[in-house]
Amino acid sequence: MQTSIRSTAAMLAAALALGSSGAQAATAPAVFDKVQVDKSRVGFVFKQMNVPVEGHFKRVKTDLVFDPAAPAKSSVRLELDLASIDAGSAEANGEVVGKAWLNVKDAPTATFVSTAVRPLGGNRFEVVGKLSLKGKTQELTTPFTVSQQGDTATFDGTFTLKRLEYAVGDGMWADTSVVANDVDIRFHAVAARSGGAKQ
Amino acid sequence: MAPQPQRHYAGPARWTHWLTAALMLAAFPLGVYMHDLPLSPYKLQLISYHKWIGVAVLLLFLPRLYLRLTRTPPAPLPAPDWQQRVAGLTHGLLYVLMLAVPMTGWLMSSAKGFPVVFLGIIPLPDLVAKNKELGEFFLAAHQSLNYTLLLLVGLHAAAALKHHFIDRDATLSRMLPVLDRAQ
Repeated sequence: MQTSIRSTAAMLAAALALGSSGAQAATAPAVFDKVQVDKSRVGFVFKQMNVPVEGHFKRVKTDLVFDPAAPAKSSVRLELDLASIDAGSAEANGEVVGKAWLNVKDAPTATFVSTAVRPLGGNRFEVVGKLSLKGKTQELTTPFTVSQQGDTATFDGTFTLKRLEYAVGDGMWADTSVVANDVDIRFHAVAARSGGAKQ
Repeated sequence: MAPQPQRHYAGPARWTHWLTAALMLAAFPLGVYMHDLPLSPYKLQLISYHKWIGVAVLLLFLPRLYLRLTRTPPAPLPAPDWQQRVAGLTHGLLYVLMLAVPMTGWLMSSAKGFPVVFLGIIPLPDLVAKNKELGEFFLAAHQSLNYTLLLLVGLHAAAALKHHFIDRDATLSRMLPVLDRAQ
C-alpha cells in the first residue's frame, strides 16, 4: 500500500516535470480538451413582437475533445443548468423557469451529446447530436467554426432552435405571433490543448 | 375690404395638434394599465402598441415644432396679462414634454434591453447600452414626466373649456373651427 502511494507520487512528479518542461507538448496528441469555463458561453436571441431580446445561461458544463488532425474523432457533451437562465429581464426570468417554458423543477438540465463531427472545409465543421430539453430528445445539427491561437482553440456556432418542438413556451405562449418559434442559439467555447504549455 | 385677420390655426397645425392629443390620450392609460399586468402575450402586445404610439408622437413632434416656429399662429385673444403668460408657459412645457415623454420611454427600452421596433417592422437604434440602474432611472423619469404631462394637459384643456363655455370666446374654435359660433 505504502509503496503504491509512493510510486504514484513519483509518477505525478515526473508528469509535472515533463509538463512544465514543455517537452511533452511536441509529442502529445494535439487534442483540445481543457475547456475554459469562464470564457465559454451559451446565449440566445428570441423575438417578441418582432423585438429581438438577448439572453444567456450562466452555468454551462462543457466537455469536449477536438482533434484538428482527426476532426471526426471529436466529441462534445454540454449540460445547461436551465435555472441559470437570464432571459433579459427579472420578469422574464421569473416566467421562463416555470412549467409553460423550461419547467426547471421537473427537468433542471438540458444536455447535448454529439454523435458525429464532420469537417465542412477550412475551419468550418458541423456537429450532429441529440439535444434533450424539457423531457424531449431530438436530433440536432449545427455548424461551427474553430480558430486556434497557440494552445487554445475557440469554437463558435449559431443555430436556430424551434422552441415548440420541445414544448418550450406552450399554453398561452404557443402563439408564435407574440413570441416567435425560432430562437437563435449562439455558443462560444474555448478549450486548451491537454499536455500543452500552461494556459 | 381689409384683409381678414387669421381666425384659425392652419390646417396642418390643427391636425397634428389633435392627432398628438389622441395618441397621448391612448398611450397614457395604456401605459398605466399594462405596467401592472402579469407577464403574458397580451401584456407584450400592449407594451409594443404603447411604444408604437410613443414613436408616432415623436414623429409628429418635428413637423409640429417646424409649423409652430415658421408659421405665425393667430394673434392671442384679449385676456389678462398673467393668463397670457401662464398659457405661453404651458404651451412651451407641453412641447418639451411631447419630446421628453417618448424619449424617456425609448431610453428606458434601450436601457432595459428591449429595443423598439416601430410597428413591428422598423427597428429603432438603441440609445444607450443595457444597464439595469439606468433602466430604473428612465422608468422613474418616464413616469414622473407623464404625471407632469397629465397635469399640464388637464390645465390646457380646462383653460380651453373655460374660454369656450364661460368667456364664450373663440380660443377653442381657433383650434377646432367646427365650434365657430355664428357671428
